[in-house]
Amino acid sequence: MSSPVREDTMTTTPVLSVEGLKVATASGEEILHGVSFELRPGKILALVGESGSGKTTAGLACLGHFRQGLVHTAGSVQLAGAGQAGNLLDLPESQRRKLRGGAISYVPQDPALSLNPAMRIGDQILEVLQIQGYGSSDADRRARTAEVLAEVGLKNDPAYQRRYPHQLSGGQQQRVGIAMAFACRPAVMVLDEPTTGLDVTTQALVLQTIAQLADRHRVAGLYITHDLAVVAKVADDVAVMLSGEVVEQGPTDQVLYRPQHDYTRKLLAAVPDLAGRRQIGRVTAITGAQAVVPDPAGRPSPEVPEGREGRNLLEVADLQLAYGSNQVLAGISFSLRQGESMMLLGESGSGKTTLSRCIAGLNDDYSGRVCLDSEELAAGTRARTTEQRRRVQYVFQSPFSSLNPRRTICESVEVPLLMTGRMGRKERRRRVREALDQVRLGESYLDRRPRDLSGGERQRAAIARALVNAPSLLVCDEVTSALDVSVQASIIDLLRSLQHESGMSMLFVTHNIALARHISQRMAVLQSGRIVELGSTDEVLDNARHSYTRELLANVPAL
Amino acid sequence: MSVIDSPQIIAREVETPPGLFRRLIRQRQAKVGIGLAAAVVLLALLGPLLLPWATGYTSTEFAGRPFQPDGMLGTDNLGRDVLSRFLGGGLRLLMYAALATLLGMALGVLVGMTAAYRGGRVDGIIMRSNDVLLALPQLVFALLAITVLGPQGWVLVTVIGITHAPRIARVTRSATVNVITEDFIRAAEMYAVPKWKILVQDVLPNITGPLMVELGLRMTYSIGAVASLSFLGLGMQPPTADWGLMINENRIALVVQPWGVLLPVLAIAVLTVGTNLITDSLARAAANSNTGASK
Repeated sequence: MSSPVREDTMTTTPVLSVEGLKVATASGEEILHGVSFELRPGKILALVGESGSGKTTAGLACLGHFRQGLVHTAGSVQLAGAGQAGNLLDLPESQRRKLRGGAISYVPQDPALSLNPAMRIGDQILEVLQIQGYGSSDADRRARTAEVLAEVGLKNDPAYQRRYPHQLSGGQQQRVGIAMAFACRPAVMVLDEPTTGLDVTTQALVLQTIAQLADRHRVAGLYITHDLAVVAKVADDVAVMLSGEVVEQGPTDQVLYRPQHDYTRKLLAAVPDLAGRRQIGRVTAITGAQAVVPDPAGRPSPEVPEGREGRNLLEVADLQLAYGSNQVLAGISFSLRQGESMMLLGESGSGKTTLSRCIAGLNDDYSGRVCLDSEELAAGTRARTTEQRRRVQYVFQSPFSSLNPRRTICESVEVPLLMTGRMGRKERRRRVREALDQVRLGESYLDRRPRDLSGGERQRAAIARALVNAPSLLVCDEVTSALDVSVQASIIDLLRSLQHESGMSMLFVTHNIALARHISQRMAVLQSGRIVELGSTDEVLDNARHSYTRELLANVPAL
Repeated sequence: MSVIDSPQIIAREVETPPGLFRRLIRQRQAKVGIGLAAAVVLLALLGPLLLPWATGYTSTEFAGRPFQPDGMLGTDNLGRDVLSRFLGGGLRLLMYAALATLLGMALGVLVGMTAAYRGGRVDGIIMRSNDVLLALPQLVFALLAITVLGPQGWVLVTVIGITHAPRIARVTRSATVNVITEDFIRAAEMYAVPKWKILVQDVLPNITGPLMVELGLRMTYSIGAVASLSFLGLGMQPPTADWGLMINENRIALVVQPWGVLLPVLAIAVLTVGTNLITDSLARAAANSNTGASK
C-alpha cells in the first residue's frame, strides 16, 4: 500500500466497524459472542473490561490477527477508506499484513518489551516507513520520522534519533511506540493498555499525546484498558465488555455517569477516588470527618488495650542502602503506631519496595535501625528470632509468582506454622482453614493448586499465608497492582476489615495515590530514596507541601 | 496482556493446560518413540526368561560347532547360539546405562541446584570446575579410568555417571536460576525454611520439565557409551553375553554369520532412536503448554 490513508474528511461515517464478531478456541469454546462496535475518525473508543473479558482478542481482531489457538467463526471487520470497503477478515494473510502498520496500527502495552533494544529509535521508526513503502525516497522517510517524533511531543533532532530505547524513560519509550504506530498516518490505531505500566505523571503525558493525535490528525482510536479513570480522561465513547460480550456502549458521559448495566455500575463502584467520596467495598473511605475506622455493621471497635493505642510498634531510623554509587535509600526514618495503617507512596524506582523488604528482612544490605516494639530487628530474616519473624509478615506484589505452582494452597499457607512452632498436622490444617476463612476463601480451596485460582483468589491465599500466624505488622507490597479494579476493591476491602478486626498495623506500599483514603490513616511519599512528605492522609492530600506530591496529585485521573 | 502471541494467556482463558505427561503422549512422535523403546526394553527384560522356551538352551555359553545353522539364527565362532546370546545380552547393558544415568542425574542436579541457589563464589567455583570436567572428552576419560581401575561393572557405571554430571549440572543450574527469582522462593526464605528444604520442595518440582528432557538425552548417551566401551573390550568381559561385546566378537565373521552383529546393532539403534524421539517430544511438551492441542 503506497498511498497513505486520507483522514481529512469530516464525515462521521465509521472508519472501522466490527459486526457480530465471534471468536472461538480451536477446541470449540467461544470467547467472543458477537461483538460489535464502530470507530469514527477523530474519536477514541475505550474498550473496558477485566482480564479474560476478551478485550485484547477483540482489539487484535481489528488488525485481522488472532492469537495462536483462536479461530474466527463469524462476523466481519469492515475497514473503510483503505482502498477497498470489504471485510478485512476475508482478505488473505499477505494483504492483511500490508494493512497493519499502514492503514491500521497497534501500540502494545509494554514499550520496554516491544522496542528492539539493539536498534536506534530513529531507525526503528524508519523501518516501519520502509516496509510500508511510505514516500518516494529515503529522504522523504527521514523527514517523516522527524515529523512524527515531533507529533508525539518528543525531540526530533538527529542526536535524539540516534538514541537506543534504554536511553529513554518509560514514558518516552511509549511515545516512541506510538510514533511508530502513527508513522504511516494510519486511519485506525489500536492501543492495548498503553499506560498501564506508567506512573501517573507519565501517564498524563501519554494520554495527552494520544488525545492530540486523535484531535489533530483525525485518527480513530481503540483504547483497550481496565482503568475507568483513564477512560474518563481520554475516551469519547465507551464499550464495556464482560466475558466476551459488549454489555454497555455509548458516549463516555452517559456510560460513566448514568450507567445502565449492573456490571458497569459494579466496575464504577470499584474505582478508588482520591476524594474518598465513594466507598469501595463495604468499609467507608477515610476522610477528615471519619479519621477513625467506622464500622458499618455496628460491631464494637477493635479492642486495643488502653495505653497501647499511641505506642509505636515499628520504628525505622536512618535507613540507608546503596548499590555502588546508586543510593537506593538515603536515610529513611518514620514510625508506625499500633493498629495504624500507613501508605508508602512512590513511583517505580523510588525505593519503596526496597524499603519494605528491608523492614520485612528480605534485604539485609542496609544500614540503620529497624525496631519492633523498641527491640532492634536484625538484618535478614534468618538472623531474627522466630517470634520476630512471626510478628512481621510480608505480602508480595504478584500473586502469580508468590505461590509455588506445584504445592497445594494448604501446603503453601502452612509454611509459616511449620517454621514457628511444633504443631500437629491436624492443628495446622485447622489454623490454615481459619486463615482462609478470614480472607473469605472456603475450605474447598485447601487442596487446590494455584493454577486453578484466579489472580484475586491467589492474592487472598497469599494474604492468608501472612495472616496464619497472627502478625502484628503486615507489609503489603503493591498487592493490588497486578489485579483488576474490581478485584483490587475487594482486596482493599478485605485488608481494611482484617486490620480492623485484628488490630494489626499495616504498611501499604503502592504507586496508586487514589487508594490513599481507602486504606491508610497516614501516608509517606517517597522520592528517590527519601521521604519527602509524611503526615496524616488528610494533611498530605489537602495540603501537600512538597512540589513532587502536588505534581502527583495534579495528574491523578479522576472520574 | 503484553505479549500478543503468548499462548499461555489463551490457555488461561480457556482451560487449565493438561499435564506434562498428557501433552507428551498426545504427540504421534512420542507414541512411536515409546513403542520402539518399549519393544527393546521388553526384549531385554524378558529375554533371559524366554531363553529356554525360544531356543531350547538354558545357557548363553553352550558350545556347539562354530558357524552352523543350528537353532534359529545359527552359532557364532565359538559355537554358541546367536539367538540365546542376543536374548540374554540386553539386560545388563540397560541396567548399567540406567544406573549410570541416575548417578549422573543425582550428582548433576545436586551440584547444579547448589551452584544456582548459593550464587557468588560457590557458584563460580562449582561451575568452573565443571568446565574443566567438560573439557575432557567423555570416552577418553572413561578409557583412562577403566584401564586404571579395571573393567568392573561399578567402575563402568561410576565413570559414565561422572562424565554425565557436568552437563546435567549446567542444565539444572540454568533452570534453577529461572525459578529462584520467583517470589515464592523469597517467601520461603522469609519464613526461614531450611535451605535444603527450599531446594527439595520449591525448586525441584518446578524444574522437572527440563530435567526429564535431560534424563532422556543422557539415557541415550549412556546406552551408547556402555555399548561402545564393551565393544572396545573395556566394558563387559567375555564370556558374558552382551550386545556391545557381541558386535565386537562377531564382526570378524560378518559375512559368514551376519546375525551376530546385525541383531545387537538393530536393537541398540532402535532403542536410541526410541529414547531420542521420546526426549524430543518431551522437550516440546515442556516448552509449550499448547503442544498437541491443535493437531
